[in-house]
Amino acid sequence: METVLAFVIGALYAAGLFTMLRRNIVRLVIGLGLLGHAANLLIFTIAGLTRARPPLISQSFAPETLADPMPHALILTAIVIGFAVQSFALVLIYRVIQTVGTDDLDNMKATDT
Amino acid sequence: MNILLILPVLVPMTAAVLCMLAWNSLRIQRALSVIGAALLLAAGLLLLRSIWQNGIQAAQMNGWPPPFGITVVADLFSAIMVAITGVIGLATAVYSLATLDRERETFGYYPLLHILLMGVCGAFVTGDLFNLYVWFEVMLMASFVLMALGGERAQMEGAVKYVTINLVASAMFLAAVGMLYGVVGTLNMADLAQKLRAAPRMDLLTTIAMLFLIAFGIKAAVFPLFFWLPASYHTPPVAVSAIFAGLLTKVGVYALIRVFTLLFVQDVAYTHTVILALAGLTMITGVLGAVAQNEFRRILSFHIVSQIGYMIFGLGLFTVTALAGSIFYIVHHIIVKTNLFLISGVVHRAQGTYELKKLGGLYSTRPALSILFLIPALSLAGLPPLSGFVAKFTLVRAGLESQSYILVATALAVGLLTLFSMTKIWAETFWKDAPAESETTAAAMAISAPLASRWLLMMPIASLALITVMIGLAAEPLYVLTSRAAEQLIDPAEYIQAVLGRR
Repeated sequence: METVLAFVIGALYAAGLFTMLRRNIVRLVIGLGLLGHAANLLIFTIAGLTRARPPLISQSFAPETLADPMPHALILTAIVIGFAVQSFALVLIYRVIQTVGTDDLDNMKATDT
Repeated sequence: MNILLILPVLVPMTAAVLCMLAWNSLRIQRALSVIGAALLLAAGLLLLRSIWQNGIQAAQMNGWPPPFGITVVADLFSAIMVAITGVIGLATAVYSLATLDRERETFGYYPLLHILLMGVCGAFVTGDLFNLYVWFEVMLMASFVLMALGGERAQMEGAVKYVTINLVASAMFLAAVGMLYGVVGTLNMADLAQKLRAAPRMDLLTTIAMLFLIAFGIKAAVFPLFFWLPASYHTPPVAVSAIFAGLLTKVGVYALIRVFTLLFVQDVAYTHTVILALAGLTMITGVLGAVAQNEFRRILSFHIVSQIGYMIFGLGLFTVTALAGSIFYIVHHIIVKTNLFLISGVVHRAQGTYELKKLGGLYSTRPALSILFLIPALSLAGLPPLSGFVAKFTLVRAGLESQSYILVATALAVGLLTLFSMTKIWAETFWKDAPAESETTAAAMAISAPLASRWLLMMPIASLALITVMIGLAAEPLYVLTSRAAEQLIDPAEYIQAVLGRR
């Protein structure tokens, strides 16, 4: 299962980077989202996949039989932050398209050096 | 639990919340903003004093035992950074009162400023890598909005690049954190330090270290990841670019120093050599970029990049003197660079442009301002007796001790080129005669500016210049402080013990 997920993560990173390199600013935001998902999935996978072992402490407490709850907490936080950042980015590009009058990143080089 | 440890986060948070409650009254927001910044400075100084007297301190939120709970920890390095954040926060808060237009003020500039300060301080006092990520995001979110607030075309274009590159860096940081957790099984920095020192050498750890280097390197604008900085920092209003220039990249440098002294010291010969090479290249490209520019704030932006090189240089050498030099340099740089940006704002107000070609003649109309520019400008170049001299001198001495002569030569040559850039600004802006058409606008501006707002403009600039001179003339106390901070960084035993307690 780890191998499959590793390929999925790699594909997500590749897709994210490829999408970000397009000239269309909407694709840029989609690419950023994909990168975030790839990172989340990476944490999920690398912390170890365990099946049907909920991290609930019962009378017979044995840590090695439980899934590690930490990665899920990390990912949950990261998803929430990613959601906020994505919605900000969407508003931003909406304003950018309004102000600059185009969605082409090649026309946004006025401030470059 | 020591309340001082979380005050640097609590004070700006309270200020931001109160500012938002007073959304309709700008007068209250302004007062709250200045009071909040002043209290933050006070909290920072108290924290610094407490850490100086009692050593490194740590606290666990909600009393969860480490490494499971949220850890807040402050060593001298953190405390110095929090105190300096307070200084810059207060200077910009006062300066904003006079320079910001009404539109930005009504759309929540003051709450955002304090949320930014909260994120910066949180990043400095956290003792947990994942929390560091969260604080980075808090800081970034506030900075995104500050960057775009106002909606001018240049700001929008700058913001797209700034947001994109920072989000990419965050995604990398997150991936690196996840991988580190997968390998070591903890994210508490003290716990990580202990476990990584005990762990056998692994190539995967070096890979993770490099991921951190890239992630923080983007945020700190290290070569070759700095292009977003000069493309965006000159677009927002001056008060915003001043606080960005002073603080934000330095949070990246702080994270680099923290991670590469506390965690990744397994393969110093490799990782820190990479950092050294990056340091040299950062210094050179930054200063050469500045030489080619002819706009006040763009020159200053490129100089941020070149100065970051010096800070990383100290980290790469990885000796007590070198790290002391780095920390000294950060303190000096934050004060001086913020000041230069603030001055660029006054120049813009006087003559209505940042283009060096259209500026001129300010020495005859505003002699005091000219002198106030010279102090940080020469300090940036490293002329004695100003603060930059002591900072550069320490770093160069550390470099000679470690026999990295090429980098020392680079650092000195870059200092010379910095002087060249600063004299270029001086000659073009202050010394040469004013171009014909701008004199009329200057006269009009000078009359329209009320006396009170002039004071608000000049007070922060004069105070920061005074601090620069003071650091230069009486370098001993700060040098002792930074040396002690560097010792704590090199030998993390005290840090680990403060967080985890006796084992």
